[in-house]
Order: sequence, then structure tokens, then C-alpha cells
Amino acid sequence: MSDKIIPLEKAIADHIQDRDEVALEGFTHLIPFAAGHEIIRQQKKDLTLIRMTPDLIYDQMIGMGMAKKLVFSWGGNPGVGSLHRLRDSIENGFPHTIEIEEHSHADISSAYVAGASGLPFTVLRGYTGTDLAKQNPEYVKWIECPFTGEKLAATPAFTPNVTVIHAQQADRKGNVKLWGIIGVQKEAAMAAKKIIVTVEEIVDSFEDGDVNATIIPHWLVTAISEVPGGSKPSYAMGYYKRNNEFYKQWDEISQDRDRFHEWMDTYVTKVENFNEHLQKLEVNNG
Amino acid sequence: MADYTKDEMMTITAANKLKDGMVCFVGIGLPSAACNLARLTHAPNAVLIYESGTIETKPDVLPLSIGDGELAETASHVISVPEVFKYWLQAGKVDAGFLGGAQIDKFGNINSTVIGDYNNPKVRLPGAGGAPEIASNAKQTLVVMRHSKRAFVDKVDFITSTGYLNGGSEREELGIKGEGPAVIITDLGILKPDPETKEFYLESIHPDVTVDEVRENTGWELKIAEELETTPEPSAEYLGILRDLNERTALAHSG
Repeated sequence: MSDKIIPLEKAIADHIQDRDEVALEGFTHLIPFAAGHEIIRQQKKDLTLIRMTPDLIYDQMIGMGMAKKLVFSWGGNPGVGSLHRLRDSIENGFPHTIEIEEHSHADISSAYVAGASGLPFTVLRGYTGTDLAKQNPEYVKWIECPFTGEKLAATPAFTPNVTVIHAQQADRKGNVKLWGIIGVQKEAAMAAKKIIVTVEEIVDSFEDGDVNATIIPHWLVTAISEVPGGSKPSYAMGYYKRNNEFYKQWDEISQDRDRFHEWMDTYVTKVENFNEHLQKLEVNNG
Repeated sequence: MADYTKDEMMTITAANKLKDGMVCFVGIGLPSAACNLARLTHAPNAVLIYESGTIETKPDVLPLSIGDGELAETASHVISVPEVFKYWLQAGKVDAGFLGGAQIDKFGNINSTVIGDYNNPKVRLPGAGGAPEIASNAKQTLVVMRHSKRAFVDKVDFITSTGYLNGGSEREELGIKGEGPAVIITDLGILKPDPETKEFYLESIHPDVTVDEVRENTGWELKIAEELETTPEPSAEYLGILRDLNERTALAHSG
């Protein structure tokens, strides 16, 4: 067994520092909730949180005051509405005002590709004429294609200190395998200085023949933790479905500051680990 | 009084704008309902792409989020997010982008970022997501939105996704590849851009809706087509298929 396979508590304690730029990625699918909760329990501070779709996990982290800055491209509760803790921070400065750096999906995904490629910036077309570009001249600049003269937007590469992802499997050597909606996880991981992965299960070895699956090889991974159910209430293809009902419930829980804190106390800060969190949710909600 | 709702009228009218065989980039919510209705009726070969990287997806129920498992399980294949934006959208392989938004103006610019000032917003909306690239890179965009004075404004507070900017040929002069919004379908009628000024006017009005009602719900001096059409009523077949789809969806998302 690889010595990179360690408990999640240790992975977070050893590899995420206050003030780090951290990307917890996963596009609706495989969102690393277990790792996010552990970061909250360890009270990491002044983090720059990067993520295309902040989702409930960043709503929780922002509401608990872990973030100094949010870098994102779509900050809502998919199919439900707003992220109320994010909005409370932006609109009312509660628990404090976070700095916002806002992009488009195409931009962030491309910025990870640039980071993974070791390039300083990326180019794209979509910003022409938009107020996002006008509002953010420090990270959307205009260049001329040296071959055609076309005017294109240039935006800086993303190179997070740590990228955290959840995957279906790792093997005993520490290779990581994910499938289904793969989002930007490979790019975000390859762009980062450190990679922390939680997985549904550790298998002896992957099945032969599936050579096109998305793999992050063991020598690039910093730490792996086995956390079954670690992306709930999002989903892991082949393991469990998305808990759409919880996404709807979150709308109510997160609207009220006191109710939010009570929920976080009960289900996150005062539990030992993610397994206890899942058990408690099940007991209290049937 | 007809036995269908305004939302049903809007969705079915929007579905009818999608042609069979089109490669269509689908936004969540109203666009997703319209595109899937089209696929289940007159456009069985429409290729639906969601920004989660699900290609040629045929969901049995409408997804709650843009990355629901249903979309991946019923797709012909699934690609990464960078690929979907680079190889598909940016490279011009998408015929139509189907969009919604919180605010749209008379030149078809869409706001999904903030109401009020960007740095001190009255309402913070979710933000851009994939919309700016859909609006600029799809060969054309189709917009579906509920009509109201708050949503249909003279000038949007923030241009998240470009329509025709200040009108005329500004969009083309900036070198934006896609042609821009071809039509706005609402629960009251169908709006089209004037070929010269690019200002949206009322081309067709839904049955049982008055021109005054449309004007009252529009934040600019809405021009009316000289020969204003009446949108055809939805057929019983389309209504039945849409209601079945909505029922299956409600059931699937309740547990």
C-alpha cells in the first residue's frame, strides 16, 4: 500500500495552510464535500477559494468564514436559486466581505489548462464586448494574434497551491481513476503544486483495458484518503445518485444565519469525521 | 379560455424554433425544457450539448442541475469542460445556443451577474457560467424568458452575454463570430431584431394576449410588427408530451 494513502484529517492538516490558494473542483459530479468539511473543522483561515461552480460546499466554507477571496464563474445552487451565504457575504458583509474575482466557465477551464501546461496565460474569444472584461482589466487583457491580427482576450493561468478532488477509485499504488462527468478535475490537478484526493474506495488494481479513463498517476498525487460517500450530497457515478432533495433543503437552511450555524454545528463542526456526518444526517432525516 | 398555461405556450413555441439535426448548446431551466420537448417531438436528431460536457444527451427527465447523472448516463459520450468550450463552442461547431437570463435589453444583451452596481449590488445573481461563450460563439442564439418589466429593460445593468451591444453593426465590427440572438420567445409573444437597428420588436403575439399587455411588461418603447402575427396554439400532442415530461421530472426530483 502506498504511503500516500493516509487519513483525511492528516492529509488536510499536513498539506493545506492558512492563506493558501485552494481549488476544490468537481462539476456537479464528484464534489469533494468530505474534504471541504475537514477544512472547516480544522479552521483553516484566509483561503483563496477557486472553483468554477462554488456550490453548497463553498457556501458552507464562506459562511463559516474560511475564505478571504473567491475566484469563480457561476455561484448558484443549481436548479434551486442562490447561494445565500455567498450573497450575505457580498451584499451584507456577513460574516465578513470576501474579495471576488469573477470569470466565465470558458475562462477558468482554460486558465487551468494553461496552468497544467506550464504557460503563463491563456487566450479566448468569448469576452469581447462583455462587462466582465471591462470590470476586470487586471486579469482580462487584450492581445493581437501574431499570425492573423485577431484581437483576443488573454487571462492569467491558474496554479493553485492545492487542488482537492474526489474520485471513484484509487489503486493500492496510489493511481487515481475517475469517470462520468469529469469536469476540469484533471486540469485543475495538473495545474496545482499539491494534489489531495478522496476516493470512494481503494481497489487492488484497476481492471485491465480501460486505458482511456481519466487517471492521475501516483507519483503526481500528494495524498489520498478513502472516504466512502465523500462527495454526498453531490454524486459519484457508479456509486450513488445526487441528493436533489438536500440541495432544495439547503435553500432554507442557508437563508437564516442562525439556522445555518446550528446546522453546521450539528452536522459538521461537532462531528468526528464525514462518516459520522452522513450517519447523523440519516438518523435525523430518515 | 384555452386549456394551457402561459409557460406551456412559451416552452412549446420555443421548442418549435429548434430544427431537427441542429447541434444545440442547452442552458438549464426553460431552455432545457424546450430543447428536450423538441427532441421528443419534431427534432429527434437534434444534438443536445450541456456545458458539463455531455454530448448528444437524451435525458428521460429534465435535469435539476447542468451536471445531473441523468445527462451523463443518456449521452453518446462525455468530454471534459475545457473540451466543450474550446473544441465545440469556440471552434464554431454549435448551431444554436439556447439561453435564459435574469435581464435582457432591447438589443438582446443578457445580464445574469448583478442587479444594480457591480461593486455594490442590489442583488447578486449567480454570474456568467458558460453564457458569454454561448452568446458569442454559437452560430446563433435563441433566448427564452418570462416577460416582465423587471426582466425586459431598456439597458441591462451588466452585459454578461453580448447581444447586439448598442445596436446596428457594433457586434459584427467587434469581430464576434456568432450572429447573435435571432429570437426571444416569451410567455406573451415572440420578439425579433430589426435587421438594421437590431432593436427587438414584437413579431408575433400569443393567443389571448393583448398588445397592451406586452407593452406593459416591456421596459422600452416596444415597436410592433406592421403585420403582427398570432402565434399558433400548442397542439394537444405537444401539450401531452410536455406534461408527461414535467410529471416524470417532478416525480424523479421528489425523492
